[in-house]
Amino acid sequence: METIQKKAAEENAETGLVQAARAGDLEAFGQLVKLYDRNVLRIAQHITHNEEDAQDVVQEAFLKAYTNLEQFQGNSKFYTWLVRIAVNEALMKLRKRRNSKTVSLDEDVETEEGSMPREVADWSPNPEQLYGQTELGDILKKTIQGLSPAFRTVFVLRDVEGLSTEETAETLSLSVPAVKSRLLRARLQLRERLGKHFNAGKSGDGTR
Amino acid sequence: MKCTEFLKELTEYLDGTADAALREELDEHMHWCHECKVVLNTTKKTIEIYRDNKLYELPERLRVKLHEAILLKCKASKRGQPSE
Repeated sequence: METIQKKAAEENAETGLVQAARAGDLEAFGQLVKLYDRNVLRIAQHITHNEEDAQDVVQEAFLKAYTNLEQFQGNSKFYTWLVRIAVNEALMKLRKRRNSKTVSLDEDVETEEGSMPREVADWSPNPEQLYGQTELGDILKKTIQGLSPAFRTVFVLRDVEGLSTEETAETLSLSVPAVKSRLLRARLQLRERLGKHFNAGKSGDGTR
Repeated sequence: MKCTEFLKELTEYLDGTADAALREELDEHMHWCHECKVVLNTTKKTIEIYRDNKLYELPERLRVKLHEAILLKCKASKRGQPSE
């Protein structure tokens, strides 16, 4: 109950900030930046894999949001609107960096490959006990980077940032079934790849 | 229920969006299929581990720098001009 009220209060505060910012209050916009900069940076890092690019994305996304505030309808949350801008900026960076024809959210999604479980050993001991914080972080980063942009973007928005399936769909201009199917495959692929590290006790490659 | 069918519904199960009947079928399947149970548990753990270990934290010094840069750019933008 309390958390519901708290959430409602936060949403009201956010709406107030957005209105003030729209009326030209830069300080109010600064508050919005502070609310969401961490999330935007994380999303940008996950998509671009590049620190410099991710920081650029944060700047450009907030600037774009500010200059286009009139276009924000208010029927979606400011956050999902902002994330949508950030995801597009990040994909653009990725395209430039790869210097390739297309990096899109439709890439590689038709293949079934890598979704069928092969590793079916349980993870024990707990991965968090198996590795130190830094080492675990490196494994997690490397593993998620191996996923196609289409998959890791859905996973990051839905499972890391906690957007709902509907919000993720809206943010990425995908249908709800498309989000669900990508999410399933992203989760299974990550699980499979992490298993190679976390089953270490059983397969015993000697490193740990 | 076959294992492939179980896998298809994994996300519904994990997200708590499976209806009671489907949930029962999935539980029933896991009761005898150890492999699917492991896949479910380790997939759940995969989600938790990414959610709990927030990667890419933003250091405070960099954060301040980014804020300044963003607000400067906003101010310099057309919208930021007082004449508008």
